[in-house]
Amino acid sequence: MKLVTGVIQPHRLDDVKSALEAAGIRGMTVSEASGYGRQRGHTEVYRGAEYTVDLIPKVRIEVLVDDEDATAVTEVIVGAAQTGKIGDGKVWVVPVDDVARVRTGEHGTAAL
Amino acid sequence: MGELDSGLTAWMLVSASLVLLMTPGLALFYGGMVRGKAVLNMMMMSFGAMGLVGVIYVLWGWSMSYGEQSFGGLFANPFEQFGLGGGGVFTPEGEAIIEDGLPLIVDVGFQATFAIITVALISGALAERVKFGTWMVFSGLWVTLAFFPMAHMVWGGGLLSEDGPFAGIAEPVDFAGGTVVHINAGIAALVLALVVGKRRNFGREPMRPHNLPLVMLGAALLWFGWFGFNAGSAYGADGLAGLAWVNTATCAAAAILGWLVTEKIRDGHATSLGAASGIVAGLVAITPAAGSLTPVGSIILGLVAGALCALAVGLKYKFGYDDSLDVVGVHLVGGLVGTVLIGFLATDGGLFYGGGFELTLVQIIIAVVAMVLSAVVTLVIALALKATMGWRVSDEVEVGGIDLAVHGEAGYESLGGARVTTEVKA
Repeated sequence: MKLVTGVIQPHRLDDVKSALEAAGIRGMTVSEASGYGRQRGHTEVYRGAEYTVDLIPKVRIEVLVDDEDATAVTEVIVGAAQTGKIGDGKVWVVPVDDVARVRTGEHGTAAL
Repeated sequence: MGELDSGLTAWMLVSASLVLLMTPGLALFYGGMVRGKAVLNMMMMSFGAMGLVGVIYVLWGWSMSYGEQSFGGLFANPFEQFGLGGGGVFTPEGEAIIEDGLPLIVDVGFQATFAIITVALISGALAERVKFGTWMVFSGLWVTLAFFPMAHMVWGGGLLSEDGPFAGIAEPVDFAGGTVVHINAGIAALVLALVVGKRRNFGREPMRPHNLPLVMLGAALLWFGWFGFNAGSAYGADGLAGLAWVNTATCAAAAILGWLVTEKIRDGHATSLGAASGIVAGLVAITPAAGSLTPVGSIILGLVAGALCALAVGLKYKFGYDDSLDVVGVHLVGGLVGTVLIGFLATDGGLFYGGGFELTLVQIIIAVVAMVLSAVVTLVIALALKATMGWRVSDEVEVGGIDLAVHGEAGYESLGGARVTTEVKA
């Protein structure tokens, strides 16, 4: 099993979610995140004092999938989240040893 | 003992209530501008001043400001009418004494609200880093040694009033408190910012306002209350009050424009904080001038005050003093602009209306005398408290958040740290 994690622009979330659902993904975890990459932050001015704000709001989306689905899900997220502008975010895949479904106690792919 | 003027008395009671509302308004204005971890301490400095000065005023504040026994025009005897006794406000039979149609006890209430807001204004220089106890002691000492004497000097027939020595040049004008309130508080804030020192990482770490809607709500309440402050200072429900009201509204409106245009040109954005600050800058500037300008003159004053204060708030970074919420940039600069421009814009004696330089000169003199006196008194109090109680909370408290450490509360649920309630004691 794999965990696919994407950190994306908040305004792309709806499209990514729809695209994942269309691709047959039945569950995901979404959380608010903040960070920066190459785009760096932005500046704000309060009473003439300029502040550089490094951390920019992002959305983190996490999906647990079977090994063979990982590449396809990654491409779905990238395709739906892409605007082509700097700051679009990243998607990465890491291996997962085990998963348990709390309600039934099932383990492994049965719990996905 | 004169006849009661019920219209005047009703208006003054309303005005006093309006001015009292300014201090909670100021607490919101200031509270929104600090970081979330210090919002309660910031607001508590205003509410603390309400508590303490509200009590002191009736004990010896009135007597020191408006008592009959003046010491050299500097202050009046605090014991003569202590606790509003001594026959100054009430007759021996307990009846309210009426002067020019107004029971003096109503004037006591009106004036007390000015003392409260003036002390509260200073707290803007001390955001996020000062022991609450030291602030409270400072409030009591400063209102007694700096505010009541200044009120006596300017309004109580003392040194800087139309009965004072400078009136020989021209009659000095301070309609509602440019010197007594704003220059006084502004210079005190500068002295305190220097004595108390900067917040940790001032100028390096972002210290952004945590809640701008609170700031705008506060500015709105200040504006509303200011109609009592200025139009109430006409001491009449009449045309002069109407003029002061319109000038107050017009000057604040023009100052919004002055501030926004300045920051749009300089920083690229017209900001909500700029609009709120412009309102206050305009209100400060019109305070001494509300009764002596035309509404068109108020537009000029507002534009100048808005633009100059917008430029002045940057000075603290240049000179490295942490006047956290710009009491100097707004109240001292705005107060000076209003006090001095009276010399040009006053319809009676102003340079632009056919007067000479005399009024400008006397306005500069009263502004300078007020600044020097207030600075010296504030410096002495501030240094004495630094040597005894100490001003600063520990670095740990300052960084971790003064609200939780000093007041045992957090302004917002998310700022209490990761808290799991284990026990509730009732």
